[in-house]
Amino acid sequence: MKEPYQAAASPLHSLDARVKLIFSLCMLVLISLTPFQAWASYILFLAVALSLALTSRLGMAFVLKRSLLALPFALAALPLIFSGSENRILLHIAQFQIPINLQGLERFIGILLKSWISLQIVILLVATSPFSQIQRAFRFLKAPELLVSVIGLMWRYLFVISDEAMRMIHARDSRSSRLPGAKHSGGSLLWRARVTGGMAGSLFLRSIERSERVYAAMLARGYNGNLPPQKEQAMTMRDLALLWLGIGFLVLIWLLGLWSLG
Amino acid sequence: MHIPDGFLSILVAILFWAVSILVVAYALKRIRLELDEGKVPLMGVIAAAIFAGQMLNFSVLGGTSGHLLGAALATLLLGPWTAVIVMTSVVSVQAVIFQDGGILALGANIFNMAIVGVFVSYTIFSLLSKMFQQRRNGLLISAFAAAWGSIFIAALSCALQLALSATSPANIAIPAMAGIHALIGIGEGLITVGALLFVTAARKDLLQLRGSGQVSHKGILISGLGISLALAVLSPLASRYPDGLEWVAEQHGFLSLARDSFYQIVPDYSLPGIPNPALASILAGVLGVIIVFSVALSIGKARNAAPAQEIDKKSL
Repeated sequence: MKEPYQAAASPLHSLDARVKLIFSLCMLVLISLTPFQAWASYILFLAVALSLALTSRLGMAFVLKRSLLALPFALAALPLIFSGSENRILLHIAQFQIPINLQGLERFIGILLKSWISLQIVILLVATSPFSQIQRAFRFLKAPELLVSVIGLMWRYLFVISDEAMRMIHARDSRSSRLPGAKHSGGSLLWRARVTGGMAGSLFLRSIERSERVYAAMLARGYNGNLPPQKEQAMTMRDLALLWLGIGFLVLIWLLGLWSLG
Repeated sequence: MHIPDGFLSILVAILFWAVSILVVAYALKRIRLELDEGKVPLMGVIAAAIFAGQMLNFSVLGGTSGHLLGAALATLLLGPWTAVIVMTSVVSVQAVIFQDGGILALGANIFNMAIVGVFVSYTIFSLLSKMFQQRRNGLLISAFAAAWGSIFIAALSCALQLALSATSPANIAIPAMAGIHALIGIGEGLITVGALLFVTAARKDLLQLRGSGQVSHKGILISGLGISLALAVLSPLASRYPDGLEWVAEQHGFLSLARDSFYQIVPDYSLPGIPNPALASILAGVLGVIIVFSVALSIGKARNAAPAQEIDKKSL
């Protein structure tokens, strides 16, 4: 498991995470509100995402490679192309006739574009802001403190525990050799499931016991149920101006899309 | 089952955000009332364990493998309200940090995996284990059923959300999601039972839900039952309508009202020479994407030529 943050020196990296988070959320909402035929908006939103990728010095290839992640989910929207009864055309491929619903096809492409551009924005957000900054930004947006604390602790132990899980997997693999040609190592399906279950149970027990030690260590350092409050700096005028400008620009793109539909 | 952004209509996304916020806020309140300071590190570390536990898998057939989602296991070991918070943390970090699931869709994903998953497994487990009393096999059967049910009902909920958003026709999405997750649920059930066997052997005192004698959560029981029944009844009903859930919009008029007043859909732009407006606008879109790409790529090439000063990339 790898941390998604990619250190680099770029204007986007040094920008206040709160600005980035609020801007990203606005962009996600506006993309979602864009009607399916407003292709002009999609193109401009994509341009925004790609130029941000360039500004971040991570390169477009980095963002594009990661954004392929959601592609398998496109399968869920695929039937749109072939269903529905209005606005059909017949596609002739070899001797097959495939009925295509043009409105469905439009929707499908629109959904794919929405999902793809949204994904790029989130990838950029987490690649250019360290976790602690994102956590701070969510605190700033008044996310419930208890939830933010739990997620903060979760992040702190995520890599420790996933290493532990990896070690368990290595241990299992090194103890269950596989004959050449065999489809799998170990016993029957039930046996394999039970072994994996045992590993999960063991991981849980170790984690519960670890959390007791963590709690004792926290108590020893003066923990009283609340994490010490951190001073929150107000956003600078420059950051605020940048944020409003950015959001204004996004709204313009969105309006352009509506206008292009007439 | 993690829905990415773009696949839910804004109406559905907001609706499920509202429901999830209410339930999670209530769960937070319940946990705060317990006044147990040790809960915060416990929930944090267990959330990390569930996240990591999802890497544990076993080969099923060919290349496919079964793996854990963890809502049922968390419910059995931690109790329902704590499990809701733990699963919410897991799903949120997956969405925000690892892009497994969208951010606008996070409300729906929390609803499916943290709320439906936990409530349904709690309901099934407490009903079944009451039936089986204290027999050991009863415990295992109830745990299996709880884990399977949590996956299956959550998948139905996911399919219905997609259908409601008119992203996936109900008559395809619901049977497909239900079929796949009926199988995935078996893997989940087997792993959960295995984990429970291990925990009962090693530290029986940790098991939170042992049927009778425990604090019962009537509210969860009733809503879990309600959710399961509603989804089980709604799904076959919905999948009879081939045009997605457009019929809801037609019958009640609320979806189409919301949509039409927002965007007057007038398809009157066309590329010269192409008579069909829909086809023309698709082509225009594709053309635009190609243009943007080639411009952006050439800018990128130009920038790469000038070496970017990068600080050492640290990776954990």
